[in-house]
Amino acid sequence: MHKYLRLSGLEPVTITPASNFINIGERTNVTGSAKFLKLIKEDKFDEALEVALDQVRGGAQVIDVNMDEGMLDSKAAMVKFLNLMAAEPEIARVPVMIDSSKWEVIEAGLKCLQGKGIVNSISLKAGEEEFIRQAKLVRRYGAAVVVMAFDEQGQADTFERRIAICKRAYDILVNNVKFPPQDIIFDPNIFPVATGIEEHRNYALDFFKAARWIRENLPHVHVSGGVSNVSFSFRGNQKVREAMHAAFLYHGIQHGMDMGIVNPTMLEVYDEIDKALLERVEDVLLNRRDDATERLLEFAETVKGLAKKKETDEAWRNGSVEERITHALVKGIIDFIDQDTEEARQKYGKPLEVIEGPLMQGMNVVGDLFGAGKMFLPQVVKSARVMKKAVAYLEPYLQEEKRLSGQTGKPAAKILLATVKGDVHDIGKNIVGVVLACNNYDVVDLGVMVPAEKILETAKRENVDIIGLSGLITPSLDEMVHVAKEMQRQQFEVPLLIGGATTSRIHTAVKIDPVYDGPVVHVLDASRSVPVASELISGVTRLGFKAKTKEEYRKLREAHESRKEQKNYISLVEARSNRLAIDWNTCNPPKPSFIGKKVLLDFPLDELRKYIDWTPFFQTWMLAGRYPQILNDAVVGGEATKLYNDAQRMLDNIIAEKSLRANGVVAFYRAASTPTDDVKLFDAGADRPFATLHFLRQQNKKAAGLPNFSLADFIAPQATGKEDYIGLFAVTAGIGLEKLVERYKAAHDDYSEIMAKALADRLAEAFAECLHEKVRKEFWGYARAENLTNEELIAEKYSGIRPAPGYPACPDHTEKRTVFEILEAERKAGIRLTESFAMYPAASVSGYYFANPEARYFGLGKINSDQVEEYAERKGMKVADVEKWLAPNLSYDI
Amino acid sequence: MSIREILKERILVLDGAMGTMIQRYQLNEQDFRGELLKDHPRPLKGNNDLLSITRPDIIKAIHRQYLEAGADIIETNTFSSTRVAQADYQLESLAYELNFQSAKIAREVADEFTMDNPAKQRFVAGALGPTNKTASISPNVNDPGYRAITFDELVEAYYEQTAGLVEGGVDLLLVETVFDTLNAKAALFAIEKYFEEHTTLSSPLRGDVGPLPIMVSGTITDASGRTLSGQTTEAFMISVSHVPLLSIGLNCALGANQLRPYLQVMAKESETFVSAYPNAGLPNEFGHYDQTPDEMAVQIEAYLKEGLVNIVGGCCGTTPEHIRKIAEVAARYKPRAVEVIHA
Repeated sequence: MHKYLRLSGLEPVTITPASNFINIGERTNVTGSAKFLKLIKEDKFDEALEVALDQVRGGAQVIDVNMDEGMLDSKAAMVKFLNLMAAEPEIARVPVMIDSSKWEVIEAGLKCLQGKGIVNSISLKAGEEEFIRQAKLVRRYGAAVVVMAFDEQGQADTFERRIAICKRAYDILVNNVKFPPQDIIFDPNIFPVATGIEEHRNYALDFFKAARWIRENLPHVHVSGGVSNVSFSFRGNQKVREAMHAAFLYHGIQHGMDMGIVNPTMLEVYDEIDKALLERVEDVLLNRRDDATERLLEFAETVKGLAKKKETDEAWRNGSVEERITHALVKGIIDFIDQDTEEARQKYGKPLEVIEGPLMQGMNVVGDLFGAGKMFLPQVVKSARVMKKAVAYLEPYLQEEKRLSGQTGKPAAKILLATVKGDVHDIGKNIVGVVLACNNYDVVDLGVMVPAEKILETAKRENVDIIGLSGLITPSLDEMVHVAKEMQRQQFEVPLLIGGATTSRIHTAVKIDPVYDGPVVHVLDASRSVPVASELISGVTRLGFKAKTKEEYRKLREAHESRKEQKNYISLVEARSNRLAIDWNTCNPPKPSFIGKKVLLDFPLDELRKYIDWTPFFQTWMLAGRYPQILNDAVVGGEATKLYNDAQRMLDNIIAEKSLRANGVVAFYRAASTPTDDVKLFDAGADRPFATLHFLRQQNKKAAGLPNFSLADFIAPQATGKEDYIGLFAVTAGIGLEKLVERYKAAHDDYSEIMAKALADRLAEAFAECLHEKVRKEFWGYARAENLTNEELIAEKYSGIRPAPGYPACPDHTEKRTVFEILEAERKAGIRLTESFAMYPAASVSGYYFANPEARYFGLGKINSDQVEEYAERKGMKVADVEKWLAPNLSYDI
Repeated sequence: MSIREILKERILVLDGAMGTMIQRYQLNEQDFRGELLKDHPRPLKGNNDLLSITRPDIIKAIHRQYLEAGADIIETNTFSSTRVAQADYQLESLAYELNFQSAKIAREVADEFTMDNPAKQRFVAGALGPTNKTASISPNVNDPGYRAITFDELVEAYYEQTAGLVEGGVDLLLVETVFDTLNAKAALFAIEKYFEEHTTLSSPLRGDVGPLPIMVSGTITDASGRTLSGQTTEAFMISVSHVPLLSIGLNCALGANQLRPYLQVMAKESETFVSAYPNAGLPNEFGHYDQTPDEMAVQIEAYLKEGLVNIVGGCCGTTPEHIRKIAEVAARYKPRAVEVIHA
């Protein structure tokens, strides 16, 4: 009985030996097609469907759909696209290949297919148990499966590993899972060749051999692969790539490869490949000669028309020494580098300046060319070799200089490289390692699948200067975020470099940069790693580079936010139905120890001093770093310490002279929330509310299980009959500041003026922190047992929140008026509101207290006009006025 | 003797329409409600599956008539007994009970007949209908990506139906009238899940059972030769080929003659037994089926001569009289030969 792979869309597809090669369309793949990615990102699914249709019309027998991109909700995009495809009979005709490295995306896709499709892919990567579980489910959903040659040790890159893993997977699938062997498609990994790295020379040949072995030894199975990978070194050079794809397919098919993901527009007809080019391509694919890569590279330049012929002439030797060094680096010419370096050394005087000057300039040119696709990997590796030789030449002079100057000198900067947990792709990372090592960096390479703990532990032990993370598969993005968070948690400050095929500047900006205060830089490719690393190491450029990058990422983030948020809103009615559901039946709101106001005059400043969070103080002075580590910072530590000592001295004086005074008012009232996000306040014993606070509700579309928050959610609704409470406060530490500042102004002492203002601000914040603690432990008293350090207070480790009007959860500044009227803040504490609702003295803080343990800080985000209109009505304001105050929070233009 | 062994020896006869027979009783709203649902807020007339609980006497009588006519296999009265389909009547909570009771009464009647004539063993097939929602077609022409139901919701509903049927004592499970293959895949997913989780199941009526044989029957809606969700016969077969089936076949929508070309495809391609239970011709302008038992039997005989089927019966418009005639001709022919039978 025949055992053919049979698939179906609306129509059947049977793969028999007579089918020759099954071409799987790859253009509906966000990782393979920039155009498709753009359409999906911009939500242009109609046009995206056209891409699928084109493929079917162009003869694709199976359509590969891949939505694995860090910035996409891959699962939602997969489901949406498959459902839309199902509605187009001409597309739905053919079977679908669901392509994802995330099982949940695969499973969601399988639930959309009425036909029998293909899952791409599963593997032994996470062990047998998970492999079996997934294989059983693939079977139960009725699909065929691509199995990657991948196991717990990583991706197979030799013939032996490829066949061993495929054999093992086959035996498990056929004997244990009872998977029909004809429904198994092996992908024995197509890797780039001609990379210039010795171990890669056999990649294509080993693939061919493995394909043959699999077809001969594992009955009924198929062999497939992503063909465009093979020519990755030559991206930008269409002609060479097309030839490589065609030749690879030709040999692959000869060896039993019977399916493949191929872009037909990037495929030359084998017989029409220029014979000279074909010979060189096949030399590389079949590893037929030692200089195969060089020869193909040379040829590649001629077909690209970049080089004007081989430069046997030595005209370049007539240029300046800087020009000659750059030329040597770009061309990878090692012959003259020693003499040119010597010439530069004499010219520049100091060996270090030769490295940081002409050599680094040359490497930057290399980086630019590589980035623009005008140089290929092996050339870059050669450039790095030239660089290394030059540095080696300078080494004795560097030592001599150190000896003479008596300095121990800067040891080579140490860079830790790791492919993150769950990912085993390391070609790119290894290249980065080579390039960095060539540039005199001390590289600590932890290899692949490195858990965050190991990365950080090693980084500490080895005292590295930079951590570089690499990853190729999409889930690695999340892992990188995790590592960054851990670095933040463990108070790392070293720069974090992000690289690898799946990473991007935008992902780094949006997901990684915000979670780590240290420098985070996305490094586009290996050649970029050197200039980036040198900027981050150099004491001169480090801070500036960090600030520049942070700012750049912040802007990217904002652009991304504003773009993204535009479309994901729900109506106010929907948002309210998705409010935070607190079970008020089981919740017994604690009663404050008093109802009404309490005034705190002349609060002791030496008490407040203990509550100061110093980190923002240094930020004010444009010194980046966390207190107290900043005092010992290699670069700014000296400045920071000086500043800190001055601040302590001034604080001593302020306290001794009572030149600043701190006042505050705090009040508690019975409170009940309304269905429309208001909170009514009741005085002791009163039945009717005497004031109403108005809150806003998030309207962005939330993932399942996440509520659309409003601060009103944290107060028991009237309907529950539960007695709940809310607190209000306003504090200042700025009474007397005006006089103090005048004194410094008169003395033209800008330094002390800024210092006094900064300290008043810190004291006001400290007052708010201190008062909140008093509220929790005493005035409201719901957390009497709380015992937190100042660091823990700063990290907001307590229960209950104190959001302030004008801040993210309640951005409407005008609500301050109600708060101030109730508190009589001006009369009782001397804090008034300006016409734009700023507090004066500026060193003041006001806000609400919420005690509910579920209460948390959140950002309102953007809101729709339905809420704005209703809010205006609730507040008795004109819509236009509300829109003015809430301008940054409007989802629409006014 | 197992049903597989019997199927190798002779053609088995499936019963005919349940709805057509119920219509003959001219039941009113009260009959459907019974005591149990006398205060139910929704009208229940027309919810035929409910009669298994409120008028089991009628359902048993119909089963008996089909068994007397010569049916080897009777279908439970559960075409719409999923919580998805019952939602129209606000009777989602009754879904398990409907299946359990329907299975139980069919079991009782079938066992009476087997007891009377042990040489002709009678089987009960638990019917899993398509529900009234489609998992791969949008009901909204302006929003083709929309789906009124998800795969997961269907799996949940079919799992509950499977549990009711199996625990009520059926011998087989019949996923029938498949017009959207994704719905059928959800039903099959639920069945496999159920049997994976109940490797030995103790039924109050049957003792221990393992996984039951599964039959799948698709519906080719018209002369386009495709299911409602657009698949050709062959694509449909491939789409459900991951489950080891006792039989695959076609039912409903078409009369025996119109069904024949698609049945030929199935007979040629299927590695397992093939079933067919067409309607009594095409409906007339009043929506009634007026093909006579004799006329239908002639058309069915054409299947038998060609050796297309292993199981044959009737769908809409067929009556015990039709089944009697079909059983008579079926007895004269050899079953379709099957090359390979799944384990």
